[in-house]
Amino acid sequence: MNNIKRNDQGYLTDFSQWTKEVGEEIAKEQNIEMTDKHWEVISYLQDKHTKEEALSIRGIKKSGIINIKEFYNLFPGGPLKKSTMIAGIPKPKSCI
Amino acid sequence: MATKVKKMLFILSKATLDNVYAAFIMANGARMEGIEAEIFFTFFGLEAIQKKKIEHLHVATVGNPAMHLPTMLGGLPGMEAIATKMMKKEMEKLDMPPVGEFLEILSDSGVKLWACKLAVEMFHLSEKDLIEDLDGILTIGDFYNRANEDGTHLLFI
Repeated sequence: MNNIKRNDQGYLTDFSQWTKEVGEEIAKEQNIEMTDKHWEVISYLQDKHTKEEALSIRGIKKSGIINIKEFYNLFPGGPLKKSTMIAGIPKPKSCI
Repeated sequence: MATKVKKMLFILSKATLDNVYAAFIMANGARMEGIEAEIFFTFFGLEAIQKKKIEHLHVATVGNPAMHLPTMLGGLPGMEAIATKMMKKEMEKLDMPPVGEFLEILSDSGVKLWACKLAVEMFHLSEKDLIEDLDGILTIGDFYNRANEDGTHLLFI
């Protein structure tokens, strides 16, 4: 974990350094216990990132992976902020 | 990261599209940052939660200097409809949801939606005229009571 590069907010600056173990560690910092559903969301986010598609809460609603209520339950206190950090991708810049 | 703002209470008193979106975007943005959010719909703001009116909100073309349109022109028939259509098109480009869908997103995100009792009575409305996701009809006193904790901010729109 020591040689993983992160910015001052805690986001990975190089996605290629991401492994499931790294995600697990960041989740622990956020007091989130990862389940299969969490990982399903994480791979959806990473897939979007790879395709360079912008993330938004509306996108989550349409994703077919998870609904908004569940999303807030899985990642309490700022779901898109926390999930993207665990996924090793940048924090979304969109206001919606 | 700890934040000093813990709860945002919005009072939406207008039904022009730009005001409605301002309230919705700020409420949603609060939830995305882990901040609690509630909206109190009063006076014309009630239009945004009336089933029949939700998709018919307009931008104002008269009395709105930011339109950069002569007032006389802004008052011509159809001008509001054209301006609204243009604005909605721009918003769709930014992936901003229409009002009805936005309300669903807010409710699912844990934003509490309240209707003002006095305004509901004044416009002769009842619960069946209002959206299903509404959390209830409150007096302003009830709403103030919901602000009774540290880190709460009220914003009138």
